[in-house]
Amino acid sequence: MDTLRYLPNVTTLQLDRETCIGCGECATVCPQGVFAVNAGKAALLDRDGCMECGACAKNCPVGAIQVNPGVGCAAYIISGWIKGRENATCGCDADCC
Amino acid sequence: MQLSQPTPAPCCAEGNRTAAAGLILQPGINGRLQFPLAPEQSCRGADAAPAPAGPEQKPGYELCSFVAGFLDTAAGPIPRIKTGLDRSDHLGTVLARVGVNRARYRIAPGLYAVGKPDPEAPVLVTANYKLTFDALRRELGGMNAWLLVLDTRGVNVWCSAGKGILNAAEIVRRIRSSRLDQVVRRREIIVPQLAANGVCAREVKKASGFRVIWGPIRARDLKAFIQAGHRADPAMRRVTFDLRERLVLIPVEIYLLKKPTLWVLAALFVLSGLGSSIFSFSAAMERGWMAALACALGVCSGAVAVPALLPWIPGRAFAVKGALAGIPAALLVSLICWSRIGLGGHLALWLWTLTVSSVLAMNFTGATPFTSPSGVEKEMRRAIPLQIGAAVLAAVCWIGSNLTG
Repeated sequence: MDTLRYLPNVTTLQLDRETCIGCGECATVCPQGVFAVNAGKAALLDRDGCMECGACAKNCPVGAIQVNPGVGCAAYIISGWIKGRENATCGCDADCC
Repeated sequence: MQLSQPTPAPCCAEGNRTAAAGLILQPGINGRLQFPLAPEQSCRGADAAPAPAGPEQKPGYELCSFVAGFLDTAAGPIPRIKTGLDRSDHLGTVLARVGVNRARYRIAPGLYAVGKPDPEAPVLVTANYKLTFDALRRELGGMNAWLLVLDTRGVNVWCSAGKGILNAAEIVRRIRSSRLDQVVRRREIIVPQLAANGVCAREVKKASGFRVIWGPIRARDLKAFIQAGHRADPAMRRVTFDLRERLVLIPVEIYLLKKPTLWVLAALFVLSGLGSSIFSFSAAMERGWMAALACALGVCSGAVAVPALLPWIPGRAFAVKGALAGIPAALLVSLICWSRIGLGGHLALWLWTLTVSSVLAMNFTGATPFTSPSGVEKEMRRAIPLQIGAAVLAAVCWIGSNLTG
């Protein structure tokens, strides 16, 4: 997202370039253009653009990407504080996002 | 492996009983055998007999208005859907956007056909939220394709994938139950890219033999994507959040406030009546509307102005954007209540308006496609204590102004 930027230096996204095989799946699935593949390796082109959706890590065939996936939603965060991050929900079933 | 269960006639789920073409009622409702002819019908006359029941008619099911007919396939009859939206679709869209019936606005999952697809036609995977389904089919005019609708509990693609409802297991389950392997020759499906946070493409391939091709984010890019041999422009792979996309979210933001609003108004009424005589009903009436006005204008700035003007409001944290957007609203509240209250009262109304605006703007993070949970958590840890502090200070000033004023 070029026109709308959120807080910098907060994402938990980590890319292990040693493990990366350059398949490009992360660059395909990322909706924010965070990744670029150059010379057979993925690189973080725009790390602060990451919204931690987890699509890259979910589809990396060699586990080279680490991220704590979740929803950037205030209700979800509060629910995580109360019930623990693993059980966090938006608290509204299908009624929200 | 192959299930031979009959595919039920797809129909809108519960709560969507009207506007279906060809209503089919259950025969023999009272357990009695019904006489084959209704009393007003007679055997006289040479008029053409009404059309007989089609193969799609099943007791207890009704046909959805978006179904144009049925296509015979090796896996049984598959409903062919219309690519144009009618009045009931548009009405449904408006109601879902406003928030009414939103959680129940869904269609039956399963396989559908668009145009006259053959075994070589592409398979498009989508969610069973009716708004998603409509947004997809309206872009498919003139195309021949199969539509594999997943059971995402009536939630859109991205959010259902984020919630873990739309995952590899659901895709595999739906491929099997619709016997997709008997309908198409190619072992590949086009899955929207925004499902990738819930779907591991390798798992789908391993469990079903079907390869996942990540399709574009927006349905309107599908034709170009397919024509280009499954190649997406970089722009097709990036989410956007333009003015139109933000404006359509505002009604739901307001609709979801209906519950807390009652509590807040009750609390403001009580606060407004507190004073030297413990509680004065006349003071509550006289001052309560001003607190309610601050609340209403705080909603206008936090839930309307912030979404609409998001890129132009300074600050990155939404709580900050909300507070800044609340300044003109608070100014307006102050002007309206100008000579009716003292300085303490004005301070209370300012704090209250800014706080409401800030909280609602922060709440809007969940509706945007670019906020990370780590970022939202960081801003909440800083903003919530300030917001609570401001609300308490506002209450103290408001009661204090009643005591002195």
